[in-house]
Amino acid sequence: MSDIELLSVIERYLNGEMNADERARFEMLRHDNPAVDSRVIEHQQFTERLKQYGERVEFEGMLNAIHNEIDVQALKDEFVHHPSLIVRIWRNHHSKISLAASVAIFAVLSALFVTGYFKSLKQDDAYINLKKDVERIKQTNKSFATSISHINNHNQGAPSNYAGVGTGFALSPDGYIATNFHVVQGADSVYVQNANGEGYHAKIVSVDPASDLAVLKITDGSFKSLGTLPYGFKKGKSSLGEDLFTIGYSKNDADEPVYNKGYLSSANGLKGDTLKYQLASMDVNFGNSGGPLLDSKGNVVGVISNKIEGASYAVKSKYLLKAVQSDSLINKLSLNTKSRIANLSRTQQIDKVQNYIFMVKVYNR
Amino acid sequence: MNKNTNILAPTDNEAILGILNNSESMLKRIYIAYFPMVLQLIISNNGNEDEAKDIYQEAIIVLYNKVKSGNFELSSKLKTYIYSICRRLWLKRLNQMSKYGGDIHDFQEYLPVDEDLVSHEERDIQFDKMEGALRELGEPCKTIIEDFYIKNRSMQEICEKFGYTNADNAKTQKYKCLQRLKKLFFQQK
Repeated sequence: MSDIELLSVIERYLNGEMNADERARFEMLRHDNPAVDSRVIEHQQFTERLKQYGERVEFEGMLNAIHNEIDVQALKDEFVHHPSLIVRIWRNHHSKISLAASVAIFAVLSALFVTGYFKSLKQDDAYINLKKDVERIKQTNKSFATSISHINNHNQGAPSNYAGVGTGFALSPDGYIATNFHVVQGADSVYVQNANGEGYHAKIVSVDPASDLAVLKITDGSFKSLGTLPYGFKKGKSSLGEDLFTIGYSKNDADEPVYNKGYLSSANGLKGDTLKYQLASMDVNFGNSGGPLLDSKGNVVGVISNKIEGASYAVKSKYLLKAVQSDSLINKLSLNTKSRIANLSRTQQIDKVQNYIFMVKVYNR
Repeated sequence: MNKNTNILAPTDNEAILGILNNSESMLKRIYIAYFPMVLQLIISNNGNEDEAKDIYQEAIIVLYNKVKSGNFELSSKLKTYIYSICRRLWLKRLNQMSKYGGDIHDFQEYLPVDEDLVSHEERDIQFDKMEGALRELGEPCKTIIEDFYIKNRSMQEICEKFGYTNADNAKTQKYKCLQRLKKLFFQQK
């Protein structure tokens, strides 16, 4: 049997074209003759490979046909954000750039080390510290010189772009807020911020420069009613020696309320100034201006306004009531005279009161 | 375009069934659904749209072979699987072109798929060898072999097509062609 004849037989066998008799005889031959058997297997495998090849060619044809229906350009435009040249250079070459940079940094550091730069740097450090001390001494001197000053953050270089910070407190649930006139003096716009850090735009509705008082109104759409005020406003005088406290935004580094307490040390202010009370042991600071001065029963007895040589001063609440009543724009405000927190402990009072006390941020033109 | 492809994206189970049933429409849905993802991967990593097409089609072939061999367990999303295959294939291609910068800008999670690619590479080698052998075989042998062994045409049709006067001559010719093809195939390195 020639090769071609054998091939023909194998093919008929594999394709099932043999009758039962022929088939039995061929299987016998296959069994007896390993060479024939291996030819059968080889042929079967090879034609299978050919089939797989054909299937793949066909499949690729299908894939290409599908692919041609896709608008690749449109998809591509979606993904390519056309990054800037620098970004592309960085993306393509960042490993090389990083390597180059590390080499450069290493080279510079070793050069500096070898030339003893780090030793000289230490001396420089000490010098800077010294300079800072001098600076600090200067500052202290300056603050001695200007120790008679209003206690707000005007010209203090507040951390953000606002020009000054003071404190204010609610006069009514609907967003009227009292503060010092000097806090908002010259303001272009005013924002108030509560203890939770929520800020609202406010406008100045009334000022009384003579008593250093101002009334603001929250005009922000997002503002909701504050609810009934916990504190009352005292019409009468407070007694000498009375325990008083205040809450204000006097921290330079954070927008957090600060509690302070002291006592009424004199019924009048400096040189018999009847507008104000004099307070002692009350460590108020820049930023406390405009904050409420409260007595132990939770009545507002004054508005913290300034500090002179260790003593603090607050505008008496009587003048606040007067200022409100005398302005036709706000005289409809009826200030609550009864404290609702009279019987609470100090910490409970503070807890209730602090939601009604705001940081007043002033922006100048 | 994007919205369209989202509507078309088959569920993984649908896709697997479609592949097993040789569904052409399912192939199309799968292809359209995941091509954008692969295009994004390739063009964000130093490639172009033609390379994306090559890589993606290769990955679809890997997927089909895997599913048809019955080895595909739906342990991960089909999308993740396709992405992983393309990612691996592209890394290899980048290495071959010496463009590989050390990392790849990814858009998806991915799986280790090296095993699947080993068997794919083996099949790929066979495919290339067969392609080369057929090319060298030349006409009319190439067409006779393709018609008979791949397209399952009858010897009668082949006789008529090539003008053989009798079927025996054609058969002899076919076997001679096949023997030459085998020789060429096994000679290839």
